Amino acid sequence: MAELLQQLINGLSLGAIYALIALGYTMVYGVLRFINFAHSDVFMVGAFVGWYAVNQWRIPSGTILSGLLVLGLAMGVCALLGVTIEKLAYKPLRNRSTLTVLITAIGVSLLLQNAGQKVFGANPKAYPALFPTSQFHFAGVMVSSNQLVVLVVTILLLGGLHFVVHHTKIGTAMRAVSFNATAASLVGIHIDGVISFTFALGSALAGAGGVLYAINYPSIDPFMGTMPGLKAFVAAVLGGIGNLPGAALGGLLIGLVETFVSGTRASTFRDAIAFAILILILLLRPAGLLGKLRVEKV
Amino acid sequence: MLPRSQILLLASLILAGVVSAFSGNMDTYFLDVAMGVGISVVLASSLNLINGFTGQFSLGHAGFMAVGAYTSAMITTTLGPKFGWSQLGLQWVLFPASLLVGGLLSALAGLAVGAPSLRLKGDYLAIVTLGFGEIIKVVLQNVEAVGGARGLVAVPGHTNLFWTFGTAALTVYVVWALMNSTYGRGFLAVADDEVAAEAMGLNTTRYKIIAFAVGSFFAGIAGGLYAHLKGYLNPTGFDFNKSIEIVIMVILGGMGKHVGVIVAAVVLTAVQEPLRQLGDWRMILYALILILLMILRPQGLFVWPLWTKKTT
Amino acid sequence: MKNLTSPRRVFLAALAAAALVGCKPSENSAPAAGGGGDTSGDIIVGEFASLTGTEAAFGQSSHKGTQLAFEQVNAAGGALGRKFKHLVEDTQSKAGESATIARKFVSRDKVVAVLGEVASGRSLEAAPVCQQFGVPMISPSSTNPKVTEIGDFIFRVCFIDPFQGKLISEFATKTLKAKKVAILSDVSSAYSVGLAQYFRESFVASGGQIVIEQKYSNKDKDFKAQLTAIKAAGVDGILVPGYYNEVGLIVKQARELGVMVPMFGGDGWEAQELIQIAGGEALQNTYYSTHFSPANKAPEAQSFVDAFKARFNGETPDAMAALGYDSARALVEAIKKAGTTEGKKLKEELAAIDFVGATGRTKLDAKRDAAKPAVIITTEGGKFKFLQSIEP
Repeated sequence: MAELLQQLINGLSLGAIYALIALGYTMVYGVLRFINFAHSDVFMVGAFVGWYAVNQWRIPSGTILSGLLVLGLAMGVCALLGVTIEKLAYKPLRNRSTLTVLITAIGVSLLLQNAGQKVFGANPKAYPALFPTSQFHFAGVMVSSNQLVVLVVTILLLGGLHFVVHHTKIGTAMRAVSFNATAASLVGIHIDGVISFTFALGSALAGAGGVLYAINYPSIDPFMGTMPGLKAFVAAVLGGIGNLPGAALGGLLIGLVETFVSGTRASTFRDAIAFAILILILLLRPAGLLGKLRVEKV
Repeated sequence: MLPRSQILLLASLILAGVVSAFSGNMDTYFLDVAMGVGISVVLASSLNLINGFTGQFSLGHAGFMAVGAYTSAMITTTLGPKFGWSQLGLQWVLFPASLLVGGLLSALAGLAVGAPSLRLKGDYLAIVTLGFGEIIKVVLQNVEAVGGARGLVAVPGHTNLFWTFGTAALTVYVVWALMNSTYGRGFLAVADDEVAAEAMGLNTTRYKIIAFAVGSFFAGIAGGLYAHLKGYLNPTGFDFNKSIEIVIMVILGGMGKHVGVIVAAVVLTAVQEPLRQLGDWRMILYALILILLMILRPQGLFVWPLWTKKTT
Repeated sequence: MKNLTSPRRVFLAALAAAALVGCKPSENSAPAAGGGGDTSGDIIVGEFASLTGTEAAFGQSSHKGTQLAFEQVNAAGGALGRKFKHLVEDTQSKAGESATIARKFVSRDKVVAVLGEVASGRSLEAAPVCQQFGVPMISPSSTNPKVTEIGDFIFRVCFIDPFQGKLISEFATKTLKAKKVAILSDVSSAYSVGLAQYFRESFVASGGQIVIEQKYSNKDKDFKAQLTAIKAAGVDGILVPGYYNEVGLIVKQARELGVMVPMFGGDGWEAQELIQIAGGEALQNTYYSTHFSPANKAPEAQSFVDAFKARFNGETPDAMAALGYDSARALVEAIKKAGTTEGKKLKEELAAIDFVGATGRTKLDAKRDAAKPAVIITTEGGKFKFLQSIEP
């Protein structure tokens, strides 16, 4: 029983991080209709910003306040990076085919990874403890303070995101662009501005995800984004891409399934699981659990 | 009188054979790189059929390559000794047969992936094929019979210039012939406008599946050639990065261009040798080229006016 | 007609490519002769190493050791009155590169011998080429037994996984008194899978029991699921035959989950980053076997440590550096003894080599593997501590 409960907690804390990354994928997809492959590398940059903040820029670590400061810093830098990428690489391709944009996104992803390897070095780096850490044990089950931080931050960010999208002017504009970009521009919505904002928001989430991931798994390297990124993408598709609660739900589900599989003899097939789920969901319910099917119009 | 294209195919096959016969005193490094170039041409041309001509986007070509590589290597390493290697000429039967079986199995895998997932569009398909490639890698790591994570050792070095360049010529010919047949118009229609093609009564899914099957068939053969060139297989050699390398060749060469893609495959493979000292700069360079290319010259790098033929 | 222009060009391109191959003047004939029969000029040695990519930490370390050895030998006048020229190529930690590099070494650079690599997978790729062309190859730290099984031109200066697996097993049963053990291995690594197997064989043979076996993949970060299952199985020791990057996270997460039993592994643990990632406290009660400890008091080891520190800004050498150093030393010794750089003679001298290097006495057995002492290292107060030395 304790084992089952422990696995549930393990799965939820892993799933919360997937959810955080998945939100960024889903937001960009909702507005622009393309998979931002570079999202997982912005996530990596977020983690490294945290590392530099503590080890190079000498921001003290170990208190809640300084932890939040570093988190905010990483989110800010990533938002900036996201907007820059959008302006330089994606904007010139606004009306080109999805494939062109997809290839560009892969290019940006490769660039961030390999430039990262050049700048940060290929060796994994140990991550500092940003928040005060402790573990709580009860009934044979362990919860670490870092896991709680992840859960709390994810819930807060999800709530904030929901508020922005549904109860603010820019959020309404985002939904309008997502629904019909041409019509939105006709009623006077500044499309470029909305897209930039979406990228800033999505990348900030990736940055937060990077830092939270790194404090839970304190070894970071320039290629750390690839796997969580892919799994978060699967989560976004599972929940219904373009759907915010769906991304969160998908993230938690993937985290749970992976954890329960890893706890059995089949642990060796762990990396294949997420992809098997993806293939199944695309075949059985392409719109995802919470998504609505779109018919392609000419 | 044979059509010109077939004469050219025969001529290049004969030439490959002649050159191969005199390759005994070429230095081994040159041969290794030359055969690597040939294998790249096979991989890039076959992916070009899927990603270029048919307008799909596969990120799992290395996975199909792995299927062919492991299949043919298993055949030559297990069946080979049973028949006795010393018998002259046997290698000329068993090796191509193993390549063929590897290619067929790979095509089967292509069908298995293609049939259900080809209802998906662009980026979804990209991710599914990527996932499929990863699944193959994970499965290979877990099958002890093919060496698992420790890899498959002592694969005989049967690959020579004839087989690599013969296969390369054959691949190019098949892709070319397919695209220039009436049937080939279907692929282009799918690439140009899927909705319109479907409205015209074209079974777009069928074309996509055929493209996948033929493309993975040759990827499998390329895998077999690779296995018998390097002599050692490890699942980690067929990861996502390998797929990306092939994709880059196709994009740089110009998606849906025969010659451009061949030139890109040759140049990118050969240039790796002098660039090895650059180490990690190489991938940074590739990435930058990829981004700039998509913005400034989406038709590809190795396509200049002289060679740009409107395929419609 | 327009349609026909395209295929012609396609085939012309293919023909041109084939013709290119055909016209290429053959610069080198006589493959079987073995590179370096030359008797004048520099003695050329090729090293292939993973200087970038996932195993760069090991590759760089090993490379530094090799570099130091050749610098020292050249400063002391070289061998046979000739200096050494040390060529290096980067495998980028990728499959497929090593064989090409080995071919370049033997045919273009005409090397006398090839040195490399840390990862068994890549040594296995280059070894058949060196064997075919009769150029001796010395691997500094590939511990998979298959490497030297390739042929009689392939050597190594480190012990092999069966030995390492056995000694970890003996350490677990005798010193730690472990009876029920869990294994958590890296399914994507040849090294990890092999070490786990040899440990299992030896441990079961000595009456121990493997209660549960769990797997992970290279670059995984979350091991809580596997560790929770191991915890529930109730063991008194965990074998983690992986590389330091994952091991650090595993140890840390295990301790967080309240798994306090001893954890142990092999030479893949060897890196300062292990302590940084896991933290000194979590590493209490963990042990690993390796080839070398900088705390070793032997004069050869100490002079190596001093020279290394002086050369590389005070950096303390690890086992990979020491083995990289010894691989070059073994080659130099063999060349001096053989009095020639000719492949066959060199091969015989290498097989009979017996010298004391940074990692202790290096003597090869009939399978061309080094039989040499291993050391067990533990962690105390956030620092690696030499625990004991085990003779073969």
